[in-house]
Amino acid sequence: MNKWGLIISLTIIAAGLLYLFIKSIRGRDVERRFIFLFMGLAVAVPILFNISFSEKATPIVKAAFDKIENLPPGSKILISFDYDPAMAPEVNPMTDAFVRHAMAKGHRVYFMNLWATGQPMVATAIDRIIKTEFPEKKNGVDYVNLGYKAGGTGVLNVIITDIRKMYLTDVNGINLDSLPIMNGIRSLRDMDLLISVGGGLPGVKEWVLFAGDPGHIPVVGGCAAVSAPLLYPYYPNQLMGLLGGIKGAAEYESELKRKYPRFAETPQPGIKMMGPQTMAHLVIMAFIIFGNISYFVLKSRGE
Amino acid sequence: MKRQVPVIITFIVGAVLIVSVFFPPAERLGENFSVFFDIIAVFAFFLGGGNLIRIHGNKIYRRQKDWAFSAVTLTGFIVMLAAGLFKIANPNGITGDVAATGSLFQTLYYNIFYPLGSTMYALLAFYVASASYRAFRAKNKEATILLIAAFIILLGRTPLGVYATGWVPESFSLLQIPNLAIWIMSSPNLAGQRAIMIGIALGVISMSLRLILGVERTYLGVDNE
Amino acid sequence: MTMRGANRPFCRFGLSFFIILLLPAYLCGQESIAPPSKVVAYDFKYDRGEAVELSWQLSPDDKGNGSISGYEIYRAEDPLDSFISIGFVSAGTSSYRDKSVYKGQSYRYQVATSSDGHLYFSEISAAVVPRMELINWNLLNLFIIGLFLCGSVIFFISHATRGKKLFIRKIAGLEAIDEAIGRATEMGRPILFVPGINDMDDVQTIAGITLLGRVAKVVADYDIRINMPVSRSLVMTTARETIREAYMGAGRPDAYSDDMVNYITDEQFGYVAAVDGIMVRQKPATCFYLGAFFAESLILAETGNSIGAIQIAGTAQPAQLPFFVAACDYTLIGEELFAASAYLSNEPKQLGSLKGQDMGKLLAMIVIILGVLAATVSQMGGGQFFTDIHQFLSNIFTVQN
Repeated sequence: MNKWGLIISLTIIAAGLLYLFIKSIRGRDVERRFIFLFMGLAVAVPILFNISFSEKATPIVKAAFDKIENLPPGSKILISFDYDPAMAPEVNPMTDAFVRHAMAKGHRVYFMNLWATGQPMVATAIDRIIKTEFPEKKNGVDYVNLGYKAGGTGVLNVIITDIRKMYLTDVNGINLDSLPIMNGIRSLRDMDLLISVGGGLPGVKEWVLFAGDPGHIPVVGGCAAVSAPLLYPYYPNQLMGLLGGIKGAAEYESELKRKYPRFAETPQPGIKMMGPQTMAHLVIMAFIIFGNISYFVLKSRGE
Repeated sequence: MKRQVPVIITFIVGAVLIVSVFFPPAERLGENFSVFFDIIAVFAFFLGGGNLIRIHGNKIYRRQKDWAFSAVTLTGFIVMLAAGLFKIANPNGITGDVAATGSLFQTLYYNIFYPLGSTMYALLAFYVASASYRAFRAKNKEATILLIAAFIILLGRTPLGVYATGWVPESFSLLQIPNLAIWIMSSPNLAGQRAIMIGIALGVISMSLRLILGVERTYLGVDNE
Repeated sequence: MTMRGANRPFCRFGLSFFIILLLPAYLCGQESIAPPSKVVAYDFKYDRGEAVELSWQLSPDDKGNGSISGYEIYRAEDPLDSFISIGFVSAGTSSYRDKSVYKGQSYRYQVATSSDGHLYFSEISAAVVPRMELINWNLLNLFIIGLFLCGSVIFFISHATRGKKLFIRKIAGLEAIDEAIGRATEMGRPILFVPGINDMDDVQTIAGITLLGRVAKVVADYDIRINMPVSRSLVMTTARETIREAYMGAGRPDAYSDDMVNYITDEQFGYVAAVDGIMVRQKPATCFYLGAFFAESLILAETGNSIGAIQIAGTAQPAQLPFFVAACDYTLIGEELFAASAYLSNEPKQLGSLKGQDMGKLLAMIVIILGVLAATVSQMGGGQFFTDIHQFLSNIFTVQN
């Protein structure tokens, strides 16, 4: 059933694109609503029929993975969820993968947010990943959720020298000094690795400029695909590794699965979303071709 | 006087922040200015919320055009504010995490706010397609190069790129589409990005100096002369 | 939480005594692994006295064959307190920066080779006291570059004030502002001004607001409706002040209304949804997008395109520039946004600052060309001289640790 459904759907998309191709040859522009319709189909069909592809980590993703992998167990890793629900479908797979990796490796994880609307996503990640997959890990010992503070880069400017100037308690109102995980932690400089996931401002770039660089602390990033080109200049000197968009997340997931067979059965949203992304890219390419065909047809007619 | 005070404050804060980079004893002062901004930004939340209630309240009261949208806005604002502020149905009570599992805030967040936000972001996929359709046309030499680069990147970001040129021998691995896409991103694209960023950094320095020295005052609502 | 003063009653000789005297005895009979030697601790220079740099000579048994797992770093406060572990580094590493020290407090260190769960301790280092320095000499290069850039901007500002004519190239997006506002007047439709989604601490937002000042002047003169939805409360206050002043300048203070600028939400996509709604309902003739934009840039610009508005955009977010270029009529690219106010004011002082900025660009270009040439020649076996030049130029533009 699935197979036939897929074949019928792909046939409909192909027939529609063929129709638009013929229209382009006649020098007619494709209306905006048709573009939207085909994009919708291109994304929906792979989701409905579960089309996915295998991935292999590129060097920039592998570098991020190796950085966490090579830290000795018990290292202090701060993960900042610098995004809102809008961006979550694209970057949540990255935070999931980072949290799984850090926990599996036995690191201590400190969560925080520079985006107000990102705070509930930390709580969910803790519930969904740590509490279910790593029930032996204890809040306040193996991980802590510091929560959100307003001020964006201003927060970084302060916690680079003194975390307690901004955070006196964790999100549950527990005094930081009473948490074993905070022993010996005075500022960001005491962290072994900073991970920022987010595509806006403040985001990865701000963590590099206001924390990683001045504090000489390694930074690994994850961001929406659209922001990735902006961050390439920082790799590999100021940014140890970078996950760009769904593809970056899918590559990290595949690397995690390869290194830790225990994750073979856990959800891999990044890999799953590569199907829709591939189809969407193909449809965009088809429309670019149609646009050029109609442009040259009109040009040859002198219109 | 009204015009002089902001310029003097801008000068002092700007100068201190620059000095604090080079003189460790002044670093604390720089941090304190950051804290001051945070405090002001937090109070500004009230300013924004008050304005929202006033404008939309007026619209509803006067039954102005599209007042129904304002009613939705105000209802959303008040319900979410109450859910967060009073931590309604929060299992850990008033001192618990605002987004604790089971709280009304979390329920609203995941069932309304999250899907609405994702929907808006997802619009990008549709708009990228329509903008690409219009913009990527081989009108001249430069546009053609842009078009080819776009094709390679689009293919290279999908597994299809791997399959399409998987047969190319390893000695010519740069010609494999994913590697070509990485090369475009990390060489020509990087060079362009860096050039733009250098220009922007210099622009920021120049603009900041104009502000610190009081040469630029249009943002204060006054002419520079 | 600080470890200062921990276990004071048992300090002085406590753990250190155990480590120094008893542990070697305990280890007798086991296969001996050499500890690291020559442990030196020194104050990390040019900071606020918050770091100590530690270096040592690797254990002779550290041969990269996995027999040594790494080095455990121990620290005690002076006068000799108990040693506590403060960090661990992997095998092959011979330095560590302790960033959890306090200014003025004296510390001693010990490094232990870790092998098979056993520790083999080095000698105790000499005491070190972290101190705060007055000047960060590590940033001397940055200071000189900054001085050159700021100096050239200030020089050209004063140069221009003396009446020297300065050439400035045409910026199409700025030339089109009057035309765009004129179009709104003819069509009797409003103007939409979006100052980005960042707060007033972003210089892009300030640049957008300075341009608003120019736009508002024309708007006030021609009595056009302007609608400015904002996503930050501080931007709302500033923009209202800017527009109010423009209306007062035009002699029509009564025509100004606070409703021209209204706060929507700080939430990025909530804001975009509202602005899109305003566009579709009010169909503005002209849309300005000037400030810091992120993923919303294309959503806004494509919606504006679909309603047939003339669109002028400007941002210093390089990732968003392609979207604006594809969907808008004119785009101010990066530095053009910052230059816009100076360009439109035509004031010598402001134009002078642009000239100073160009000097920075000239410096960057010269250094890049020299650096590339030196690196290429040195790679081709051109000799130590070119390698030195390349290294020198790299060092100038590297912020030291």
